Amino acid sequence: MSSSTSVPPSSQVTASQGIETPSGHEPDARGHFGRYGGRWVPEALVAALEELETAYEKARHDPEFLAELDRLHRDYTGRPSPLTDVPKLSQHAGGARILLKREDLNHTGSHKINNVLGQALLTKRMGKKRVIAETGAGQHGVATATACALLDLECVVYMGEVDTRRQALNVARMRLLGATVIPVKTGSRTLKDAINEALRDWVTNVDSTHYLLGTVAGPHPFPQMVRDFHRVIGLEARAQVRERTGRLPTAVAACVGGGSNAIGIFHAFIDDPGVRLVGFEPGGDGVATGRHGATLSEGSPGALHGAFSYLLQDEDGQTAESYSISAGLDYPGVGPEHALLKDLGRAEYQPVTDAEAMDAFSLLCRTEGIIPAIESAHAVAGALRLGKELGPDAVILVNLSGRGDKDVDTAAKWFGMIGQDESAEAADGTAIAEGELATPTVGAEGERATPTVGAEGELATPTVGAEGATQQRAGSFAHPGSQTEGIQA
Amino acid sequence: MSERASDPSARSVADVFASCRAEGRGALVGYLPAGYPTVDEAVELLTAMAEGGCDLLEVGVPYSDPVMDGPTIQAAADTALRNGFRLRDVFSTVERVTAAGGNCVVMTYFNPVLRYGVDRFAADLAAAGGLGVITPDLIPDEADEWFAASDKYGLSRTFLVSPSSTDERIASTTAAASGFVYATSIMGVTGARDSVNSAAAEIVRRTRPHTSLPIGVGLGVRNGDQAAEIAGFADGVIVGSAFVSAAERGGPSAVRALAQELAAGVARAGLPQPA
Repeated sequence: MSSSTSVPPSSQVTASQGIETPSGHEPDARGHFGRYGGRWVPEALVAALEELETAYEKARHDPEFLAELDRLHRDYTGRPSPLTDVPKLSQHAGGARILLKREDLNHTGSHKINNVLGQALLTKRMGKKRVIAETGAGQHGVATATACALLDLECVVYMGEVDTRRQALNVARMRLLGATVIPVKTGSRTLKDAINEALRDWVTNVDSTHYLLGTVAGPHPFPQMVRDFHRVIGLEARAQVRERTGRLPTAVAACVGGGSNAIGIFHAFIDDPGVRLVGFEPGGDGVATGRHGATLSEGSPGALHGAFSYLLQDEDGQTAESYSISAGLDYPGVGPEHALLKDLGRAEYQPVTDAEAMDAFSLLCRTEGIIPAIESAHAVAGALRLGKELGPDAVILVNLSGRGDKDVDTAAKWFGMIGQDESAEAADGTAIAEGELATPTVGAEGERATPTVGAEGELATPTVGAEGATQQRAGSFAHPGSQTEGIQA
Repeated sequence: MSERASDPSARSVADVFASCRAEGRGALVGYLPAGYPTVDEAVELLTAMAEGGCDLLEVGVPYSDPVMDGPTIQAAADTALRNGFRLRDVFSTVERVTAAGGNCVVMTYFNPVLRYGVDRFAADLAAAGGLGVITPDLIPDEADEWFAASDKYGLSRTFLVSPSSTDERIASTTAAASGFVYATSIMGVTGARDSVNSAAAEIVRRTRPHTSLPIGVGLGVRNGDQAAEIAGFADGVIVGSAFVSAAERGGPSAVRALAQELAAGVARAGLPQPA
């Protein structure tokens, strides 16, 4: 069932269609996608998961709920999000036509609001007054804090201490919105540990509290429900691409951490066998260095955070620490439906290194005037790679899942505009304006997932390591698209 | 099943609870993570807990993401992992503690078992003299492979029931269990608390009609009076974080003393009264 006839025009696509109309790719009654998914949770949470499942099943057939969701997404989120042709960027992608699905233009700055508004409305319906959430980059936390402010819910956000430092702007946004932000200081102090802490809170306060999980991972019904709230991305984009180009895309590119924006855009194309679905995972310093978060590319099946899926683990089943310059992708697990799509071969997953992502980041800034989230820059880098592979006749749809305001500090350090100890807000603007940018060492061509800096010793310190290496390899920002010698391992 | 060198009366978890009952009392169950603070010291600590009066020992598997555990056990697991604990060490720990006279079950988050291989894990645990496994994040719904392996090697399967469990869940969970049922007394993670929550008696009362298995109650117990209170209505009193804190404070002599205090509390209570 591909293409043609019954596709509604993009102007008629609504968010509620993603939950009201079954996708045709549902999990089994216990939430399994093939062997993946399910409920790998303490018994204490089962009653709450059953309550949520029941509430969701009821809501998706309730015209009042669907109308409220659509009203909010139209008037508050700003849906539908536009589709943007980026011809100058496309010149760097072998001439393939790249189209960006602009989830970065949603209210709160990313796709996360799609899921958050849906779950916040469900929370009200379940009669719960308190919402907890985990966040990595802070985008899900900001979206959750926003929805809670709008709908009068108490909001507590768990965020790894490493992430509160590298995404300070979003911490401030959450607090301005009235949320309590709890820096998590256990384990690797990133997203994985924020989820642990949120689960502990939920086990303790499950009667009064909804855990507003921000990705398509976790126990059933989260992977299905969160996916359905994000299906609007693909439903809109599919119609928009057809209207714009008269055809379906050759390939769809998205970044994959937990996998919510990717599943949201992939899902509308699963039954179009001619459309390649490619997820781009955080390759960090290169998968060969071991410092990465490429769960599907490098991981193995196991149970983490309530679902059976791929994860990064050692031979004893201890979760491995992930690494990415992108806080939102820095996670050693992934949603179970992606695990199934990988095993089926319906979607493919490739790592993109920090350096490739940052080159794509600078290129998109300079060529098209769009500052992407570093997460989304991984998808842009992937599209550049796909374009060269597929050639000038290809149409590549990219989910630009978030905007990059939150990443200005990280990017300014990467590109050598400020020192490693400085923050962009506090730095001397004159110095930034007049400063020299370092010589580029990594090409914008995006060498395929080879370690770009692996042999250099400065990567040992987790929280500052990658940033510490940036002075030398910075400057591709100064010369967007410059063809320099990639460092091959 | 394998021959047990130390205590020929206890070939199963059921035997442990039965022999306590024959003495007119409930069972004291003590938890400590294997490898805490090191593999050898944990063996010594667990042995001291058995000597002090723990009828059954829960040998914990340190895990990177213990979502059911509070700060005390999280920190202990971190210590064990930092000190080089490997999963295979749990089998040698069980073997050594069993040889010293303890009755051991393993308490583990399930991913390490999945990674090791469910059948292989069960085989190696049974060979080491382990009596069963408690699975805090495995519910019967996902346990098909574990049912087969535990049956094959004669290991007890302890699943948890919680105050939030529906009656239907309690029925299906206890039906799937063997050895004993673990009732979590409160909503929350592990950690010693000052008072025993009234929810503890309530969850035992709700579970009783669904099963003839002994019911152990855990989460929050730290002293002899609390142990006596729980032993008044439950068949087993499960103590974890308090043993970890005692080990940290005073090593084997402290955990032995705590076990003695708790065992006296359990004995004082006599057999559980019907709720």
